[in-house]
Amino acid sequence: MRITEHPIIEFRRGNPVSFTFDGNPVTGYEGETIAAALHAAGVRVLSHSYKHKRPRGFFCAIGNCSSCLMKVNGVSNVRICITPVKEGDLVEMQQGRGELVAQD
Amino acid sequence: MRCSREGVSLLRKTEIAVVGGGPAGLSAALTAVRQGANVTLVDRDPILGGQLVKQTHMFFGSKRQYAAIRGIDIPAELIAALEKEGGDRINMLLDTTVLGYYDDGSLLIEKDEQARVLYPERVIFATGAAEKMLPFPGNDLPGVYGAGAVQTLMNVYGIKPGNRVLMIGAGNIGLIVSYQLVQAGVEVAAIIEGAPKIGGYLVHASKIRRAGIPILTSHTIVEAKGAESVEGAVICKLDENWNSIPGTEQTLDVDVICLAVGLSPLTELVWQACCEQVYVPELGGYVPKRNERMQTSLPNIYVAGDVAGIEEASSAMICGKIAGLYAADDLGYSNNMEQLSAEFNRELNELRAGEAGAKIRQGLEKLSGGGRVC
Ligand SMILES: Cc1cc2nc3c(=O)[nH]c(=O)nc-3n(C[C@H](O)[C@H](O)[C@H](O)COP(=O)(O)OP(=O)(O)OC[C@H]3O[C@@H](n4cnc5c(N)ncnc54)[C@H](O)[C@@H]3O)c2cc1C
Repeated sequence: MRITEHPIIEFRRGNPVSFTFDGNPVTGYEGETIAAALHAAGVRVLSHSYKHKRPRGFFCAIGNCSSCLMKVNGVSNVRICITPVKEGDLVEMQQGRGELVAQD
Repeated sequence: MRCSREGVSLLRKTEIAVVGGGPAGLSAALTAVRQGANVTLVDRDPILGGQLVKQTHMFFGSKRQYAAIRGIDIPAELIAALEKEGGDRINMLLDTTVLGYYDDGSLLIEKDEQARVLYPERVIFATGAAEKMLPFPGNDLPGVYGAGAVQTLMNVYGIKPGNRVLMIGAGNIGLIVSYQLVQAGVEVAAIIEGAPKIGGYLVHASKIRRAGIPILTSHTIVEAKGAESVEGAVICKLDENWNSIPGTEQTLDVDVICLAVGLSPLTELVWQACCEQVYVPELGGYVPKRNERMQTSLPNIYVAGDVAGIEEASSAMICGKIAGLYAADDLGYSNNMEQLSAEFNRELNELRAGEAGAKIRQGLEKLSGGGRVC
C-alpha cells in the first residue's frame, strides 16, 4: 500500500524500524506514526467499541477522534495516529477502556 | 498516560502560550516574537504546520503571495523565520498536547507521558478544526476516513488509503483530495454531493472531469457495507427537498469512503475556559466571540484560525498575526502598532471581499450579534 511513484511528491522515508503488533513483526519507517506503519502493513482494525465491540479504524489522523487508541509498550489509550513509531515498540490491540499504569 | 506522583510539576512561565502550530499559530508566534514577547508554541503533532503539511496542491487562497505556492511549502517559510528571528524568545514544544485550561490561566500539558503545567500571561488558542461526521449505517467501519486523514496518509507518509474510493462532498476539499488520490494511483469511483450543484471552484471540478471521475450531484450515501471494514457503499438520488428517491439506490464497489463534508472548530479548550461562544453555521458551528483584536470574552485569551471560524489558510495566517500583535501589545510590546494593525486589517478585508467572502462576512456579522456563556 506504499506509494512508490508520485508526480509531485518525493517521499523521503527514514530508516526502517521493526516493531510488533499483537506479537507479529511489522516494519515501518522512522518519522512515521504507528498508525501509518500499521496501515501500510494492511492493518485496518485498530480497536473495538466498548459496548457493541464494533471494529474501529483510522479516522481523523490528528489525535482527535479516539478511534485509534491502542496499548503501546504497556501503556493504554495511546493515540497511535500522532505517535511516532520507534524500534522495538510493542503495539497491542487494547481491550475495553484500558488501564492506568502506576509508576513509582 | 502514566500517572506518577511527581507527574504534575511546574514547567515554566512564559509570556504568551500559543496552542497549535498550524498557519494561524505559527503566524501568531512569529508576530509576537517580532514584537519582542517571549512565546511558547505548543503542538500535539511531531511536525509543525497543522493541516498545511499535507496540502500538496497549489493553494486556492486569493492572497497574492500564497496563491502560487503549494500549501506544504508555507509552514516551512514560517518555521524558518521563527527559528531565525525568535532566538531565545521562542520555545517550541512539539509532541505536546494541551489537556486543559485552568481558572488561574495555566495550561495542563502532556509531553513524554508526563503531565506538566505551563503558566502563560496570555494564551492564543489556534487549535484548528476537525472533520464533520455524517450519520449513516456503517459510518463507524474502518475504511471511513475524514478527507484530512486521507491526505495525511498519502501526502505525508506516502501510503494509499485503499484501492477504490467513494468521496462524499464536492466542495474544494472533496475535489482536491480526489485529484490527489488519482495522483497517488488510487481509483476514485465517484464524488457524490447532496446539493444540486458543485460547491468547489470550477478549475478543480474540470480537472476531476478530465480525470474521468463522475461527480454525482443530488446524491447521498445510504449505508456503508462490510463486516470488519468497508467493502462497498450504497448511494441514492435525492429530490429537491433532499429526500431519498426510492429505487435509485446503487451499490459501489469501494474499500474507502472519504468524508469531505466540512470542518467544525476545535473549541474544547475555549469551552473549558468559559469563553463566550455563539452558534454560527456560516463559520462551522460554535465559535468564540472576540473583538477586532481577536481577544475573547476573557481578556487573557485570544483565538485565531479555524478555531475562530472555518475559513482558509491565508485568513488564518492574518488572524494569527493580529492575535499575536495584540497579545504582545497587552504585555507592553507595542512597536509600530498603528502601521501593523492597518496593514493586517487591510489584508484581511481584501481576502474577505467579493463573492468568495460573502458567507464569512455574513457569519462574522452574526457573531458580533448574539452571545452565549458556557
Ligand atoms: C483537505 C483540506 C484541504 C484544504 N485546502 C486548502 C487550500 O487549498 N487553501 C486554503 O487556503 N485552505 C485549505 N484548507 C484549509 C486550511 O488548511 C485551514 O484553514 C488552515 O490550516 C487553518 O489553520 P489553523 O492554524 O487554524 O489550523 P490547523 O492547520 O488545523 O492547525 C491546528 C494545530 O493545532 C494543533 N492542536 C489542536 N489541538 C491541540 C491541543 N489540544 N494541544 C496541542 N496542539 C493542538 C494541531 O495539532 C494542529 O497542528 C484545507 C483543509 C483541508 C482539511
